[in-house]
Amino acid sequence: MERQRPDPDALLRSLQKEEERKKQGKLKVFLGMCAGVGKTYAMLSAAHEQVGRGLNLLVGYVETHGRAETDALLEGLNVLPFRYFKHKGVQIKEFDLETALKKRPNLILVDELAHTNAPGSRHTKRWQDVEELLNSGIDVHTTVNVQHIESLVDVVSQVTGTAIRETVPDAFIERADEIELVDIPPQELQQRLREGKVYQAERVDQALGGFFRTGNLIALRELALRRTADRVDAQMQHYRDEAGVHKLWGTRERVVACVAPNKLATKVVRAAARLAGSLHAEQIAAFVASDRQANLSEANRLMAEEAMNLAESLGMEVVRAVGHDIVGEILRISTERNATMVIVGKPVKPRWREILFGSVVDELIRRSGELNVQVITGEGEEATPPSRLASRDKVSVRSIVTTIVVTGLATVVSAAMFRYALDRANLVMMYLLTTAFIASRYGRTEAALAALLSVASFDFFFVPPRFTFSVSDSEYLFTFAVMLGVALLISSLSLQMRYQAQAASEREARASALYSLSRQLAESRKKEELAIATVRKLHDTFGVDAAIFMKREHTGSLIPVAKSMSHFEKQGNELAVAEWAYSRQQKAGLGTTTLAGAQALYVPLSSPRGSVGVLAIKPTDRHPLDSSLLNLVETIATGLALAVERTLLAKEMQDARVEAEAEQLRSALLSTVSHDLRTPLTSISGVASLLEQDPDMPKDKRQEMARTIREESERLGRLVRNLLDMSRLEAEAVEMNLEWQSVEELVGSAINRVESLLGGRKLEVQIEPDLPLVKIDSVLLEQALVNVLENACRHTPPTSPVNVSAMRLTPNKVGIVVTDEGPGIPPGDEARIFEKFYRKGEASGGSGLGLAIARGILNAHGGSVRAANRPSGGASFTIELPVPATQPEAPHG
Amino acid sequence: MAEPVKVLVIDDEPPIRRLLRASLPEREYELASAETGQQGVRMAATGNPDIILLDLGLPDIDGVEVARQIRGWSEVPIIVLSARGKEADKVLALDAGADDYLTKPFGVNELLARIRVALRHSRREDATSEGVVESGRLKIDLSARRVFVGGEEIRLTPNEYKLLSLLARHPGLVLTHKQLLTEAWGPAYVAETHYLRVYMAQLRHKIEEDPARPQLLRTEPGVGYRLMVD
Repeated sequence: MERQRPDPDALLRSLQKEEERKKQGKLKVFLGMCAGVGKTYAMLSAAHEQVGRGLNLLVGYVETHGRAETDALLEGLNVLPFRYFKHKGVQIKEFDLETALKKRPNLILVDELAHTNAPGSRHTKRWQDVEELLNSGIDVHTTVNVQHIESLVDVVSQVTGTAIRETVPDAFIERADEIELVDIPPQELQQRLREGKVYQAERVDQALGGFFRTGNLIALRELALRRTADRVDAQMQHYRDEAGVHKLWGTRERVVACVAPNKLATKVVRAAARLAGSLHAEQIAAFVASDRQANLSEANRLMAEEAMNLAESLGMEVVRAVGHDIVGEILRISTERNATMVIVGKPVKPRWREILFGSVVDELIRRSGELNVQVITGEGEEATPPSRLASRDKVSVRSIVTTIVVTGLATVVSAAMFRYALDRANLVMMYLLTTAFIASRYGRTEAALAALLSVASFDFFFVPPRFTFSVSDSEYLFTFAVMLGVALLISSLSLQMRYQAQAASEREARASALYSLSRQLAESRKKEELAIATVRKLHDTFGVDAAIFMKREHTGSLIPVAKSMSHFEKQGNELAVAEWAYSRQQKAGLGTTTLAGAQALYVPLSSPRGSVGVLAIKPTDRHPLDSSLLNLVETIATGLALAVERTLLAKEMQDARVEAEAEQLRSALLSTVSHDLRTPLTSISGVASLLEQDPDMPKDKRQEMARTIREESERLGRLVRNLLDMSRLEAEAVEMNLEWQSVEELVGSAINRVESLLGGRKLEVQIEPDLPLVKIDSVLLEQALVNVLENACRHTPPTSPVNVSAMRLTPNKVGIVVTDEGPGIPPGDEARIFEKFYRKGEASGGSGLGLAIARGILNAHGGSVRAANRPSGGASFTIELPVPATQPEAPHG
Repeated sequence: MAEPVKVLVIDDEPPIRRLLRASLPEREYELASAETGQQGVRMAATGNPDIILLDLGLPDIDGVEVARQIRGWSEVPIIVLSARGKEADKVLALDAGADDYLTKPFGVNELLARIRVALRHSRREDATSEGVVESGRLKIDLSARRVFVGGEEIRLTPNEYKLLSLLARHPGLVLTHKQLLTEAWGPAYVAETHYLRVYMAQLRHKIEEDPARPQLLRTEPGVGYRLMVD
């Protein structure tokens, strides 16, 4: 059967997971049914065994509750001091995570996993501290009571009647490598309680009558036992997986929890998690933001958010969608993910409302088709009455006045019509029109007022007896009722329409903003540009403050590369939160459970190669951190991360190309250099050995040979000098010794140096008078000029004249132009001749480096050199040098 | 026949020592060589040389330091041998008391010319003792403070004359920017090299045939100036 085949992706995932887990610390959980069963005792006893084996063990946090037996066990163990601090005047002790991480023991004991940390701690919950310890490779032993396991909270509070606030996500318990059940029979526990081994004597009676009732204990024990059994079952399954028993890949259950903005939301999520756990199903939590919930109160919105956060912490896949048709969206999500079951909460509503407005649940059941729907009922009705559109219905003085005036006008018109003996029924139409007009423009209050005024006016002015409010005909009461009904209906409809239009235009704006942002992201080449574009878009279009942090390349510190809020990263430990989000690749800060005290939400920019940055969002009053903003931020973060990764890849490719080119050049250099060095060396050593062998050589022959040696060694010397200059220029090892110099002197000393090369050729020099001084390294620039002059001499016939002139080109540039009357530069090679090892023809005696060096020197001076063929024949080389804006002070005397 | 000139070569490279030995005619020059700086300083003290050729890259102590130590007690002319691109070292050595420098690789004729100039200067055989320095068309009468070009007197500003006379007192030898600036304007002005650019340009326009191809006032890039003789 096709479906039986293992999914390669799933295999890979499990392998990766395995790999990841190897790097992490091991977690052992001591699970108990309630306080007093001896979890801490068991943990400490085990610890002594470990210490005996020579392990570096640290007691991170242990609460002995003054129990003597437990206290005794702490003897001889290395105990980490508590972290003490004051909160609102109360001394609080907490687990000292920082120090624990610094000490890096092999194994650390941390009691009471479900503990909620005091405000100001790094994490909201202790289990997050433990998670961090594990992630940094430290083994952890911890204790937890079954009632604190997230998905069991509802069941436990139903059984025991106590509310439970401190919870640990199931996913976290699931990742434990080992769970040890610490179990004693309820009677024994009660006995221990009576002996004062659990609580101080005065609280014993209260405890025995309350939480520690036999019934409670039996139920809790069952939960604990079953949980452990489930776990063993899961291990069995896992073993079978690995052993190749592949039935599991067959049918796979997927449960979708529908999160609605009401009290039932968290309950639905927990129920889904529980159900999914027992079915070994995948779990998905879906929330559909709809215009039907436009008038949702803040409290209800928060309930939905809370449930979604819960789902996330339980390890569920979280899906947020937006749509008018809630049921349609849920069904779409379910089919897309091949869901087998949908869990939905059914709030208790008055029956008439269900009949009138229908219910999502009923609709879902009707349209679900093959999908199973499980309905969870809650005793709590919705937190706030559905005010429908009323909350958006703002009454202003202007609208009231308009209503009165318009109705008055209608009365005037009606009076005119009445004079022309129109029927009263038509007048009613006139008023109906007026009411409809008002209702379509304003809210319900105005509509009702219009209806009331209309009926009153109609009654007062036109219904006999006229000019009294008394109504002789009860028919008109009906008219009034109809008019009011029409007014309310129209106002309600038009409000809904207006809202939908607004929502549609908002959606449209958002979509187009996202589209334009993604286009910008696609166009940008630099990651800084990406960051700036994103922050600007978030600020300008979505009205939130944002900042983007990235790692600086050499220091490795996180710095803001773009932000729309000033200096905010310097406040408090915002930067530390950003660091955390970056290194853990998890959301942190505002609205999350990690470092929730931060001013902003930090979303890591995760790409396949790891974090590439952090996006910080600081919501404003006008744009709170709601689900649509979250959705948007996540979309943007994903897009941005990919775009940044693309720029990184592009840069790497560029680097690789440059590297390859450099490599190619190096090998070219090596082959050229070895050839150029060998040729003169061969002739020198050859000729010298001839001289050595034959002392009686005729004088003229000997002189010729000596000249060969001299010329060849001079050539060798030039080559070596050029190579040294080139490599120093390329290594940027040249220290520029800038000094003021006159162009005339520069030209003069360069000509002095090439004098011998000039031979019999004519050299003309024209220097414009009163040229400004330039700031240069005289030695280097003289070399550049010498190279250009040498080049001119070497590539022209021995008698061909060379011309040097210097002039001011622009107010801030002087030029030195060297022209010759030789054959010129091969057309098209005007730029290439400045490349290394460019040579015109064969054996011109040059190293092919002179002009490259000249260009390097001039570039280092902020100048340039370029070549061209002159129309009248020959080549011209133009050197341009910048003239500093201010000349030095003239000498005195 | 005059006594041979005693030359001390301080260089650790045997080929250079061999080249120098071959270049300097035996009848005129008597060569002694030292392979290290310390040995050189010792030999300079005991051997009483007429001139010292000093390589800057020595294995033990810096050549600049050698020049400074010798200058501590002796006025013997020192010519520094150094590679191109080491202008800063040359300037240091010159400021420490060396008289001139030669850039490797150098020709034999160049070497002999430099030795002759330095010897003449140390023996006061050059015109400075008589107070008249001549070079081509140029004639500087140091005692009368008058300058002639092609037989005609030219007018120089006080600073121009000061610079020209400084160079004329060391004919054929290089003077560093620092030396010129200190002498002409004072030690506070050693960084103002542009003063030199301005006055040298003015001087060239007054004494050179073609100021853009100077034959008398040579620029030594990165080091200083030299008034050419012969």
